[in-house]
Amino acid sequence: MILTAEEVRKIAGLARIKLNDSEVEKFRKELSVVLEYVSELEKVDTEGVEEISQVTGLENVLREDHAKLSEYRDAIIASFPERKDDFLKIKSIL
Amino acid sequence: MELAFLEISELAEKLRNKEISSVELTKYFLKRIKEYDGESGLNSFLTVTEEEALAQALEADKILASDPHASVLTGIPYAAKDLFSTKGIRTTASSKILDKFVPVFDATAVAKLNTEKSILLGKTNLDEFAHGSSTETSAYGPSKNPWDVTRIPGGSSGGSAAAVAAGLVPFALATETGGSIRQPASLCGICGWKPTYGRVSRFGVIAMTSSNDSPGTIARSVKDLAITAEILSGHDPKDSTTSVKEIPNYAANLRSDLKGVKIGVPKEYFVPGMQPEVEARIHEAIAKLKELGAQVVEVSLPLTKYGSLVYAIVTPAEISSNLARFDGIRYGHRTEDAKDLSDIYDQSREEGFGDEAKRRILTGAYALSAGYYDAYYLKAQKVRRLLVDEFNEVFQKVDALVCASVPNVAQKIGNAKDNPLFGYIADQLNIPASMAGLPALSIPCGFAKAEDADIEMPVGLQIIGPQWGEQNVFNIGYAYQTITDWHKKYPKGFGEI
Repeated sequence: MILTAEEVRKIAGLARIKLNDSEVEKFRKELSVVLEYVSELEKVDTEGVEEISQVTGLENVLREDHAKLSEYRDAIIASFPERKDDFLKIKSIL
Repeated sequence: MELAFLEISELAEKLRNKEISSVELTKYFLKRIKEYDGESGLNSFLTVTEEEALAQALEADKILASDPHASVLTGIPYAAKDLFSTKGIRTTASSKILDKFVPVFDATAVAKLNTEKSILLGKTNLDEFAHGSSTETSAYGPSKNPWDVTRIPGGSSGGSAAAVAAGLVPFALATETGGSIRQPASLCGICGWKPTYGRVSRFGVIAMTSSNDSPGTIARSVKDLAITAEILSGHDPKDSTTSVKEIPNYAANLRSDLKGVKIGVPKEYFVPGMQPEVEARIHEAIAKLKELGAQVVEVSLPLTKYGSLVYAIVTPAEISSNLARFDGIRYGHRTEDAKDLSDIYDQSREEGFGDEAKRRILTGAYALSAGYYDAYYLKAQKVRRLLVDEFNEVFQKVDALVCASVPNVAQKIGNAKDNPLFGYIADQLNIPASMAGLPALSIPCGFAKAEDADIEMPVGLQIIGPQWGEQNVFNIGYAYQTITDWHKKYPKGFGEI
């Protein structure tokens, strides 16, 4: 499984990471090595096997949906990279 | 007084007998950190919290003076991997993107130790976001192995392992996703406990692979691990995967023989490329377990070799999702030259993440992307079920498994550079149990010559139990340590000061 530079650029776009040309080439090679490595999994017969994502068997852990005030409000606001008063400041969207 | 390499229970006794105060103990370890750590030393600490520690120690001394039932951990210094959020104390995950990040709350594990009045001495180095097996992916440089400072301490919890091994702190919080406690514990010649998934709360631990992440401890003996396990385990409303199952009195239940205990030795764990001397140490350790009365049988886990492959898909996939939150908007690093909102995301992430984090994010984004999900992520989660089933079946027959923690002793710093498969191979004997959520230990079982130098480096014995079978692995490790003294060995060059 060898990736193309275009595929790497597409993934980097999905992951919101800006890559320069030499990084595209570096990750193209390294990701290809990883994908080659994991391709061995095809050899395992998984016909009729259901996937697992929670290994201790928990299902639907529920709780009451009570609203409560955060005790961290001011501390969270204080850690904004940029702010105006208590508002989080960002660059223009368009 | 020589205190550097004493166990928690020994230090606790000295505190109770008034041989030493918590303030003195704290100053003693802070002095050792100053002498032996720092960038020119082991580089195991990223932040040392001297002022806070001394204030906490004063409080601990008051409790020790007034409360005869104070916890065994009261007044005992510890360190936390810099992946655990600590309120008001910088928490970096060894990443530039969190270089100046100061959490607003404590991780549950830290909060529990605070309640016991244990003393936090500082935050330890790790691979960036715990992505790695050597601490070399840390944005703050690698930690060094105290047994030979030209070698890796392992990782990702390498700072915690190196600090405990060099006697800079009696125990440390660490985390595992696929070997990050057992592998560095093995390479540094100390003890590590990876809990059952859901035994210890993940709340406040910066997420890597949510379906695996398991906070645990690194310490000098199995008894010490059991002591910390009793405190750290338990249900946490802030982490829905934690279990309400009863927490046994792990330390009190320890016994010094293994009569009636059945141990399996999985033949697939003697992998090609394993150092013959490492293999020899494991066979010697197994002989000791037989001496203690255990019945030892060979077992087979044929899917073992696929564990790392499942991990190499599931982990990056969950990482790509978990690390999406670091976007330069609400906290952490924000680029200075963004023209618009898109630039903030793209450039903050480009500047903030190191190569390994980027590689895993990209791999994960690919494995989850349209058209590839079935072939990669879904396939991996199906094989994962087969791995879980295979372990369940073998645990019908035996109480625990023993094998090597790592096939080789610690390598030279720099050997892993630019090898995208390094971790998947270095941790191949740890990963299958992680994918199945099993509890496991690594404990020292002797030394083997490095492959490239005439120097003896530590070897670790791995003990794996069934889910919630912490007591099984603690009992086996503890019994082994009653008739061996490998856990009492410590590296030269870290003497009294």
